[in-house]
Amino acid sequence: MSLSDIHLAVALLLLSTMSIGLIRVAIGPTPSDRLMAAQLLGTSGIGLLLVLIPVIRVPALIDVALVFSLLAAVAIVAFTRRREQEDA
Amino acid sequence: MTPLSWLATAFILAGLFFFVAGTVGLMRLPDRLSRLHALTKADNVGLGLLVLGLLLEGPGLLSGIKLVLIWLFVLVASATGAHLIAKRALRGDGEDAR
Repeated sequence: MSLSDIHLAVALLLLSTMSIGLIRVAIGPTPSDRLMAAQLLGTSGIGLLLVLIPVIRVPALIDVALVFSLLAAVAIVAFTRRREQEDA
Repeated sequence: MTPLSWLATAFILAGLFFFVAGTVGLMRLPDRLSRLHALTKADNVGLGLLVLGLLLEGPGLLSGIKLVLIWLFVLVASATGAHLIAKRALRGDGEDAR
């Protein structure tokens, strides 16, 4: 079992945790739950990209992961600044 | 495989374990704040261990700096986000409005 096989297996398991997290996005009773699940999707997505870089040999993916990590904060701040009266 | 790559694999698998634990916590814990607690800690440790494992595989200087930066950005975003979500949930600002 080579190193890239292990990387691929880890990537597959990360993908399955992401898809389980999608269930919480769908059923999550409050908007906070949905946002937390989306945050988990972001973090697992970053991990997935980082693990895949040595396997598929696309070094540019590290910049994609960097942008993901920078944008993670923006979504949460935008969500929590939303107020009830502004929705109407 | 060299001993260093065994160590790297061990770190990556430990990171995967924390990701799985965070997901299980997100699905199984009963209320919002405990889910927040499970999620925002477990997956940051998971990503940290993953980054540590990938660093041990010797990605080169620039990629290594980027890997560490990614982890730091995720830490900052997650800590800030956890506090904002918890504050919003406690105050009920627009939460469950509809």
